[in-house]
Amino acid sequence: MSALIEVTGLDKAFGGVNAVEGLSFSVNAGQVYSVIGPNGAGKTTLFNLITGIYTPTKGEIKLRGESVVGLEPNQLAERGMCRTFQNLQICMNMTALENVMLGRHLQLKSNFLSTLFRLPSMLRDEAACRERAIELMEFVGCGQYVNTEASAMSYGALKRLEIARALAADPKVILLDEPAAGLNGTETAALEDLIRKVAQQGITVVLVEHDMKLVMGISDYLLVLNYGRKLAEGTPEQIRNNPDVIAAYLGG
Amino acid sequence: MLNSLFQSRQFGLLVLALIIIVLPFGLQNDFHYDIAIQMGLIAATVVGLNLLVGFAGQISLGHAAFFGVGAYMSAILTGTYGWSPIPVLLFAAVVVGIIAFVVGRPILRLKGHYLSMATLAVGFIIYIIINNERRITGGPDGISVPSLSIFGAELNVFNDYQILGMTLSGTFLWYVLAGVLLLLAVWIAQNIIDSPIGRALRSVHGSEVAARVVGVDTARFKSLVFVISAVYASIMGSFYAHYTGFITPQIASFEHSIVLITMVVLGGMASTLGVILGVVVLKLLPQVLADFQELEMMMFGLILMLTMIFMPKGLLPTLQGLARKYLRKKPEEGV
Ligand SMILES: Nc1ncnc2c1ncn2[C@@H]1O[C@H](COP(=O)(O)OP(=O)(O)O)[C@@H](O)[C@H]1O
Ligand SMILES: [Mg+2]
Repeated sequence: MSALIEVTGLDKAFGGVNAVEGLSFSVNAGQVYSVIGPNGAGKTTLFNLITGIYTPTKGEIKLRGESVVGLEPNQLAERGMCRTFQNLQICMNMTALENVMLGRHLQLKSNFLSTLFRLPSMLRDEAACRERAIELMEFVGCGQYVNTEASAMSYGALKRLEIARALAADPKVILLDEPAAGLNGTETAALEDLIRKVAQQGITVVLVEHDMKLVMGISDYLLVLNYGRKLAEGTPEQIRNNPDVIAAYLGG
Repeated sequence: MLNSLFQSRQFGLLVLALIIIVLPFGLQNDFHYDIAIQMGLIAATVVGLNLLVGFAGQISLGHAAFFGVGAYMSAILTGTYGWSPIPVLLFAAVVVGIIAFVVGRPILRLKGHYLSMATLAVGFIIYIIINNERRITGGPDGISVPSLSIFGAELNVFNDYQILGMTLSGTFLWYVLAGVLLLLAVWIAQNIIDSPIGRALRSVHGSEVAARVVGVDTARFKSLVFVISAVYASIMGSFYAHYTGFITPQIASFEHSIVLITMVVLGGMASTLGVILGVVVLKLLPQVLADFQELEMMMFGLILMLTMIFMPKGLLPTLQGLARKYLRKKPEEGV
């Protein structure tokens, strides 16, 4: 099987603290791959490293065989990677729909002249972009917010809106950082459904999540982090029965 | 029906055009016209600055310097070297665009106060050069500027012109020109904002990290909008120089930059018509308070501060919000 993301010997130090240390793993195309671990284990840092927001102190990250260390987040987006954030990153100066349309930035080819004179090509592209964005908002269950200012939306809806924005980029792989945090039971069930549907479309999902029921039910493979290091990896079954994990995390 | 008219893209432009057409009926003398013309030219500059500050969220405290470079290049190349005004104006815009591109790349990497400080420093350097290069720029005493000529026809505020059988004063024609320039400036700005490019610009303000992960090359867009706003300033600086016929380094100064920023903040960041209102208010204020000239800078500072604290959205958006509330009677529900 081909590895979509391959991480080798990854280190990230903040001052004296190693947030990620000697981490190696690989994510196969088409998987739902979950990263779990207690707060402060380095999960978000790992996402920031993979998506180019942080540069590793040491180590290698490959996307479809290509080394991507040092690339900017937007260059990674061009290579089919997109993500959501544990702490919402929404443009509150825009409507919900515009946020999702922003996700299609790379799909829009219009140049400065067509913008300046509002040429038909640009208007056509924009109309198509708007249509696709509305579709995606309906897909994630935000259909009723199309004309709403992002700043007027509830936390749970914004969480889904971020997923719609990420999907708008037509990603090969999507990284979700605690999408269920702050959601109630019904919302979490809807989210699980949504992640399944995304995976069914052939998009690889890398998931950071604390909700064990959700994670265990949906993941093909798990990576357990503790203090920035790999504690265990395996299928949900293997993780559930791993004594180290039980001792350090699930049991505690 | 009425609602869709209010929301249409052209509505703001239409209102502005109407105001520009109707205004002369209220202007009683050349002094009034002079204020209106200056408002128009400065408003067009501020509409450009708003793209940078209001929409993309990047503070520039040195913007007057770009205005100054445009103005001084026009003054020197037409006055001292006898080139013709419109080609010089375009040439100056290109030069200023290149300057903005070159200095913008490194300083736009900076955030918040650091960016403000860097733009301030760039502005100061340009101001100091203009102020000190006495032989070329006339130094602190200023320099006179030939009148504007378009295709060989000179446009001078002291002349009268026969157009279609009507006698029109040069001042009136300058008013028309300033009005057309302002409408053009607004039209271009609106087209930029209401496009994928505009969305990318606003996303830099909304959440830079979100913009980057969906593929927006934020460094490129910041640089682009910095250049656009600088070119706006340069072109209007050139027109301003030809209009007033005499410029001093004051137009490139830090104080002038603060005035421009205050107009954006007071009128309403990210509101193209709002910032024009900001220009009108802050241009009228010194007329009303003519006795407090020395305190002008302090007043601008105070207005800037008070607006940011009590009316962060600015004058027009706040008024619009109130009007909407009043018209709807029931407050908007957040679905
Ligand atoms: N930008 C940063 N600067 C300094 N320390 C950081 C930074 N980001 C994360 N850390 C530290 O790295 C460790 C891992 O944090 P994080 O990746 O957010 O954990 P998780 O997402 O698993 O809860 C924590 O100790 C955190 O304080
Ligand atoms: Mg985290």
